[in-house]
Amino acid sequence: MQIVSSRSLLALASACAFIATGVQAQEITGAGASFPAPLYAKWASDYNKQTGVKVNYQSVGSGGGIKQIDSKTVDFGATDMPLTDEVLKTKGQMQFPTVIGGVVPILNVAGIAPGQLKLTGPLLADIFLGKVSRWNDPAIKAINPGVNLPDTAIAQVRRADGSGTTFIFTNYLSKVSPDWKAKVGEGTAVNWPVGAGGKGNEGVAAFVARLPNSLGYVEYSYVKQNKLNYALVQNAAGNFVKPEDDTFKAAAAGADWAKSFYQILTNQPGKDSWPLSGATFILMHTSQDKPANGSETLKFFNWAYANGEKAATDLDYVPMPAAAVAAIHKAWGEIKDTSGKVISYK
Amino acid sequence: MSTNSALEARQARFASRKRVNMLAIVLAMSAMAFGLFWLFWILFETVRLGIDGLTFATLTQMTPPPNEEGGLANAIYGSLVMVTLATCLGAPIGIMAGIYLAEFDSKGWLAETTRFVNDILLSAPSIVIGLFVYSVVVSSFRSFSGFAGVVALALIVIPVVIRTTEDMLRLVPSGLREAAYALGAPKWKVIGSITMKAARSGVITGVLLAVARIAGETAPLLFTALSNQFWTSSLSEPMASLPVTIFKFAMSPYENWQKLAWAGVFLITLAVLGLNIVARVLTRQKS
Amino acid sequence: MLGLFMNQTTNPKRALSGPLADQVFGWLAKSAALLTMGLLAAILLSLAISAWPAIHKYGFSFLTSTVWDPVQEDFGGLVMIYGTVATSLIALLIAVPVSFGIALFLTELSPAWLKRPLGTAIELLAAVPSIVYGMWGLLVFGPVLATYVQIPLQSAFNGVPYLGAFVSGPPVGIGILSAGIILAIMIIPFISAVMRDVFEVTPPLLKESAYGLGATTWEVVSRVVLPYTKTGVIGGIMLGLGRAIGETMAVTFVIGNFNQLDSLSLFQAANSITSALANEFAEAGEGLHQAALMYLGLVLFFITFVILSLSKFLLAQLRKGEGTKT
Repeated sequence: MQIVSSRSLLALASACAFIATGVQAQEITGAGASFPAPLYAKWASDYNKQTGVKVNYQSVGSGGGIKQIDSKTVDFGATDMPLTDEVLKTKGQMQFPTVIGGVVPILNVAGIAPGQLKLTGPLLADIFLGKVSRWNDPAIKAINPGVNLPDTAIAQVRRADGSGTTFIFTNYLSKVSPDWKAKVGEGTAVNWPVGAGGKGNEGVAAFVARLPNSLGYVEYSYVKQNKLNYALVQNAAGNFVKPEDDTFKAAAAGADWAKSFYQILTNQPGKDSWPLSGATFILMHTSQDKPANGSETLKFFNWAYANGEKAATDLDYVPMPAAAVAAIHKAWGEIKDTSGKVISYK
Repeated sequence: MSTNSALEARQARFASRKRVNMLAIVLAMSAMAFGLFWLFWILFETVRLGIDGLTFATLTQMTPPPNEEGGLANAIYGSLVMVTLATCLGAPIGIMAGIYLAEFDSKGWLAETTRFVNDILLSAPSIVIGLFVYSVVVSSFRSFSGFAGVVALALIVIPVVIRTTEDMLRLVPSGLREAAYALGAPKWKVIGSITMKAARSGVITGVLLAVARIAGETAPLLFTALSNQFWTSSLSEPMASLPVTIFKFAMSPYENWQKLAWAGVFLITLAVLGLNIVARVLTRQKS
Repeated sequence: MLGLFMNQTTNPKRALSGPLADQVFGWLAKSAALLTMGLLAAILLSLAISAWPAIHKYGFSFLTSTVWDPVQEDFGGLVMIYGTVATSLIALLIAVPVSFGIALFLTELSPAWLKRPLGTAIELLAAVPSIVYGMWGLLVFGPVLATYVQIPLQSAFNGVPYLGAFVSGPPVGIGILSAGIILAIMIIPFISAVMRDVFEVTPPLLKESAYGLGATTWEVVSRVVLPYTKTGVIGGIMLGLGRAIGETMAVTFVIGNFNQLDSLSLFQAANSITSALANEFAEAGEGLHQAALMYLGLVLFFITFVILSLSKFLLAQLRKGEGTKT
């Protein structure tokens, strides 16, 4: 009577249902920041080849990661924006950093080569406030003698969606510009006074690539992989530094991970520090309802700290220093199951 | 004299009617050309960008990490399973409701209200459906799952199928029904064997439109099925799907991911086209 | 007596023609309809519960405020509402005449051998995933629109008082116009498929009678076919409009996601309800931000409700005119 006979449809549906209830492998689910997503995918793939355990990480954004771990729909959350120790205590969670990266301003101006343009923090803030609106503004000219700055309007590009990248960027601007702090503030999503909003790092990169005379910001791995035109930024020590592994490492060097993992690495002292650096964090509950999953999660990250350095540097992330890893191992002692027994990561 | 001017007036009217007709024909043809133009442009880009990504490896290997060889096997399987189950779940409900609206108490308050409600549901943004299923299914089970994805997709299928089923059934001439009743057939048989058969190709179109819609839907799956880097055949775990994978890969900076994304686009487009053609061929054969 | 009794229970075929089978069937159909209503009620309830903090704080002023500040926790939905309405309107303005033309062509003008391939070709537009429309719109269509449409329009209307304002803004191929055009392309296959199906089911007798009286093709379609199928046509348009209003991915990529209403320009970046939801929901904190987004979702349902009521009213007026002198 029907085109596809009802019997064959029923057969198909039952087959699917049968499959659906079948195979149950050991799988960990995590969600959060998009910044480390490519790296976690690589680590998970390598780890799966070695141990057969599946660690499924999906990027839904830093805020999304926080929400999901709060509602316990995932085994671990990931965020570029660390939570304060007080907040963690009230939520019954703990956090630890995995890798470090940086946010880089990118531009599209004819006649300016990658790494040629110099910017300072206050200047960046003024541009994104709309106060400095043309490329040949005296403020930009003053620090870029000899650079061919056209007499055109600056097309600002920023993130439309909430993101840890935005958090790092706005946190830095709030630190260096009291005006920015008062008018806009910091967060994963803010009320941008100017600028077109691109969706994701890739949206911003696409807009900047297409809009002449544009200025935006993206994660470092996007700059490297897409060979984008980037600017140098002046750090707290007064030097104009290039965004690269060494300058991110320098920014991380000053952080005291043993004291607290709540470290924001923007505008760090140090002559080589990149001012827009940040670490990315994992969030887990201190009291695990599913101790097996908690144990597998810790084992995965333990493996990653020991074996994942090459993968990280290949994808342009900076691994945590050894002292930090030691502090992290110690902090894992806080994670226990419901009876109070510490969860093992070995 | 008067007959001459009457004749002239008639001729003038006829000429203007012919002009209007010619204009309408030209506009209709340009509308057709307009539609085809966009189609060819988008398809051209899809094929151009997708064809080299489509290798045997694409169909058999799992989604890889960046800069590594891999394929889309788990995403393809996930999409197939979720779309099929969602259609199996949603189409019967939609068809039954459409039958109710067209054949039972068509002017009553329940029918009128259902029609109205259905039209509102048709416009529900797919992301709101996804969020609803998230708050009902994912939150309660404390886990993202392929099952939640199926429910979200089914909720999108139902309104489309209701609308098209009802419209098609309405257009079946009542003479057919009355003849069947006169022969003593019970109502369910009249509807099943006579009315539905007559409206069959229209109802199939409706189901196909719904399938085409959900095959490419990303937003409702984002917060329900999430996605999965690995192979899973269990509906109670997060499940990969082509649209979400495409979404993730296409806008990344990694070349192998971008290639896979466009290959995935090509696959979905091919699959839905194939579905359309097969369904039409079968309909014509039976009649 | 026993024989009769046995007949009723042991003869399954008899039972199937009995009133019980009809009752069960009717009951099944009715519950499917009730399920649909229950679904909408559940969705609205879920939305309302999540949106309550925002409703409580703002009431109706939410609908007229253009502020959207997640840091200061102050929200207003006018920008998104305008974006949704404007893009859908543009989409309909383009898609309805085009779909009508396509349906006309396919049913009356095209040679028989061309009908099926062309019809399938148009339906293929619906096979393209919405995310592809978004990507294609951003990376391919946007620049073309900027160069060949926006820039010439801007120079043509330069200085003209009201129209000039509509085409001001950076010509980069994103904004309300881009989103509207892409939405139009997306809904053409839906509207034209339904229109074509209902045109085809028009009784040939009606059309042939009109042709026999000497009517031109246009007159047959506009005065005979269209009135006969008007419910289906309006249904198809509603299907398309629903798709346009609720479309998330394609709009998100090209609308520019800028929460401003300072300029009414079609070329300026703007925001729509669905793209705000897509962009911000994952990150939105559990408090007022999320509630504000859910409130927007409710507003979207309300807009749909208004449009649908208007169309029902329109249909009722059209029906009243049936059988009277035209």
